[in-house]
Amino acid sequence: MALVISRRTSDTKFHDRVSELSGQEFMKCFQCGTCSGSCPMGDHIDTFPRKIMALLQLGRMEELSELNTPWVCASCHTCMVRCPRGIDITKVMEALRLTRLRQNVNYVEPSNMQPEEIIDLPQIALVSGFRKMTS
Amino acid sequence: MKVSYYPGCTLKTRAKNLEDSALAAFKALGIEYQELDRWNCCGAVFSLADDDLIHMVAPVRDLVRAKQLGAGTMVTLCSMCYNTLARANELMKHEEVKRKTINDFMNEEPDYFGEVEVVHFLSYLKNQIGWGALKSKVQSPLGGLKIAPYYGCTLLRPKDVAIDHPDSPTLFREFVETLGGEVIEFPSSTVCCGSYQALGNPEAALKVSFDILSDAVSRGADALVLTCPLCDYNLGRRQDDMLRKYEGAKDVPVLYFTQLLAIALGLSQEVCRFELNRSSTARLLKSRNLLAGVKA
Repeated sequence: MALVISRRTSDTKFHDRVSELSGQEFMKCFQCGTCSGSCPMGDHIDTFPRKIMALLQLGRMEELSELNTPWVCASCHTCMVRCPRGIDITKVMEALRLTRLRQNVNYVEPSNMQPEEIIDLPQIALVSGFRKMTS
Repeated sequence: MKVSYYPGCTLKTRAKNLEDSALAAFKALGIEYQELDRWNCCGAVFSLADDDLIHMVAPVRDLVRAKQLGAGTMVTLCSMCYNTLARANELMKHEEVKRKTINDFMNEEPDYFGEVEVVHFLSYLKNQIGWGALKSKVQSPLGGLKIAPYYGCTLLRPKDVAIDHPDSPTLFREFVETLGGEVIEFPSSTVCCGSYQALGNPEAALKVSFDILSDAVSRGADALVLTCPLCDYNLGRRQDDMLRKYEGAKDVPVLYFTQLLAIALGLSQEVCRFELNRSSTARLLKSRNLLAGVKA
């Protein structure tokens, strides 16, 4: 799908916010796609990290806020150790999660979880999952 | 040499098989250890936002406890705890402004500057005990049991806390060989099992874990050995779901590296707590007479 790019479509405030939260300069990304090829969740994300970096460069907040990728990311850091530009994409994913969580919008809602869903989970899964997916 | 020991939450419940086997191995190897006083959950994951310092308080408090014990080295068994504590330690060592904010905030504790060294037990075995010395203590060599060592993520990434090369590690191979096992190398040994997506996207985590196990089995592995209770959940416990869902799924024995160590050191079967593993694990070891040699 073609993207219309103009000053009007670029949300520089959002761009700056994600850059500040992640501490990453995503303008350095030159679109090699190593991150996308390395992602173990490749079959389950709707948008590859390479495209996310491009959307960030363009400040396309609307598209970015609808993606499942940051919520399927398991913070495995494979993209980060392989990025030839030294960008910590894992941190960018965390920043994208936080732009939603910090508006008190949870991705998983603990109070809605059924006992049979969580009874089998070890503490390490609950603590890490709630840390990443609740505000 | 005395070390402090940080267990972590899951090791006191679901992963008693990781803790009990490790503590028995500490004793057998002459490692003098003391569990931290009043340790708390490390937070399980390291906070990745630049402005989020409040989540550093939990791991830093544990590091302060270790410093107060006076042992320079803090040993961990769970690889997620290792990663979180080691990264918090790196931050306290190198990031002056953040360190000051955290120390000021935690004014009830002594200031901390990253004095403690956080070490995963696998690294400790290599660097402090040494493979040669470990080999000399092996009572029941693993008899060529074909073992696929699974590193997962948190022992290898990011680089500043990696216990070995992030893409081509050898440490786990050396460990298994020292114990007399045959190593099955498989490309998925450093691929993520889905981690906390067990909570958020359990179906995605199930599929990536199934692919990892299939890779190991297709190369002839008898068992998978790992270091993390969350990997153990995704790759071990959830095999029941895989067996229901995926055609051709096989029941794969999965065990902790410390259980393998305890067997090879000839320690009591009780410390291995195999009742917490898949039942196929004890069955495999019995069929190879690897539980016969251990002290009852």
